[in-house]
Amino acid sequence: MRRIIGRIYCGVRMLERLVNTIRGIGHRTVDRVHRLGFAARFFLYSLTCSGESFRRFPLVIKEIYFTGVLSLIIILVSALFVGMVLGLQGYNTLQRYGSSEAVGVLVALSLVRELGPVVTALLFAGRAGTAITAEIGLMKATEQLSAMEMMAVNPIARVVAPRFWAGVISMPLLAALFSLTGVFGGFLVAVPLIGIDDGAFWSQMQANVDFREDIVNGVIKSMVFGVACTIIALFEGYDAPPTAEGVSRATTRTVVNSSLAVLGLDFIMTSFMIHGGN
Amino acid sequence: MTDNIVEIDNLSFSYNNRLLHQDINMRFPRGKVVAIMGGSGSGKTTLLRLIGGQLKPKTGAVRVTGKIVHEQDDAGIYQLRRKMGMLFQFGALFTDLSVFDNVAFPMREHTNLPESIIRDLVLLKLHAVGLRGARDLMPSELSGGMARRVALARAVALDPSIIMYDEPFAGLDPISMGVILNLIRSLNDALGATSIIVTHDVHETFAMVDYVYFVSAGRVVAEGTPDDLRQSALPFVHQFVHGEADGPVPFHYNAPDYRQDLLRGAHA
Repeated sequence: MRRIIGRIYCGVRMLERLVNTIRGIGHRTVDRVHRLGFAARFFLYSLTCSGESFRRFPLVIKEIYFTGVLSLIIILVSALFVGMVLGLQGYNTLQRYGSSEAVGVLVALSLVRELGPVVTALLFAGRAGTAITAEIGLMKATEQLSAMEMMAVNPIARVVAPRFWAGVISMPLLAALFSLTGVFGGFLVAVPLIGIDDGAFWSQMQANVDFREDIVNGVIKSMVFGVACTIIALFEGYDAPPTAEGVSRATTRTVVNSSLAVLGLDFIMTSFMIHGGN
Repeated sequence: MTDNIVEIDNLSFSYNNRLLHQDINMRFPRGKVVAIMGGSGSGKTTLLRLIGGQLKPKTGAVRVTGKIVHEQDDAGIYQLRRKMGMLFQFGALFTDLSVFDNVAFPMREHTNLPESIIRDLVLLKLHAVGLRGARDLMPSELSGGMARRVALARAVALDPSIIMYDEPFAGLDPISMGVILNLIRSLNDALGATSIIVTHDVHETFAMVDYVYFVSAGRVVAEGTPDDLRQSALPFVHQFVHGEADGPVPFHYNAPDYRQDLLRGAHA
């Protein structure tokens, strides 16, 4: 009798655990969807509040300085190294097929099409995105956003929208500089170091990089990444619980979500941009 | 009709399905300094946010200059807020702006005054709080009391008719506290404003205010002039005013019987 009761008890416990797991999954899903919807509304509201950012453009310029100019060093140094590594690796592989002059094309295409926009976006999320999240989260935690509301100033228009546009404007410019510096890094390795003919290096690059197919597509990508990274950083900051712990978690989430968004969007966009057999 | 600039009628408010306020009625007559007192976590700050329209009541209404706050649209609420100044608990100064720019912020946002007049006005406000010399400092370089004074200068930048103070004395040394106390009274009288102070510092507040509301467990439990309340026989008010550790507000958080709890052991 006792054993039967014990078994039933065990069964009930297991059932309960199962139900709890399912309930947890459901709760988390609903929570995510709810947050996504909130983020989308936040995004749209920021867009509708953007008028003032353009009327008072110095606000945006100040933010371009904080997000764009202050990210320059990390972007440029990384680009130089990425370009140099591409030069080395490209030469190493291409010389087996006797086409080591094509290293310029390889460096330029990989940078302009993929690495430029993607690595810039990842670095941007780490450098500028976290700064934005932490700043807005702290403004919320220290009641600065409330104070602004009480002063009859809309914080979305005054704080969020200028940062959004600054990010959207900075990202393509940073990506362009990344590609430029990267190509220069590739050149440094290929021509002075390895001794490839510099005429062949540049002319092959010029002949094989297409403006519409490669460069414009890269710029489109970096614009999309700019929107994604900046809005994620802003939203995480604005939505952060107003405590030290909340802000630090939000900062982490910014990096994780931005990176995933960038890589996912990159795949989607690339699959639309690449034509079969081209 | 009496001349109340802010009126709270039968207000109830709940947050996350938890009822924070029930049947709150308060009157804030023009020109007076009124305090809302109560223990930590009794929802005093929430009342200020309800007056400022940052939260919406469940039932009842808050009227500011006769207008029901929660029925206003965004533009209407912003219109009302331009008549209000609020001093936040720790100042809430904008960390990326200097003291000068912090005080100039509301003027630059809401007026088209030329920079030279803004400069004069900012210096006037900063002089009133004694910090004209600190205009170029950043908020991170200020002490707690100074930050509070700058925030006060910013709150009165547009000469509001209602000034709200959220725990203006929290974490201040006695000298800074005295300074803020004097400023609250003198600014109120100089501007012809009405001040609403949320606080739990009994002695400082009683010395200065005209009227006091006591809030506990979401209700107004007592009200009156400071003198009335000092002599109040209500147990809660007595405990609060005299700072007694135990009374109607128990020292112990809700817990099972102590003896039983200990005897039960760790594996119960």
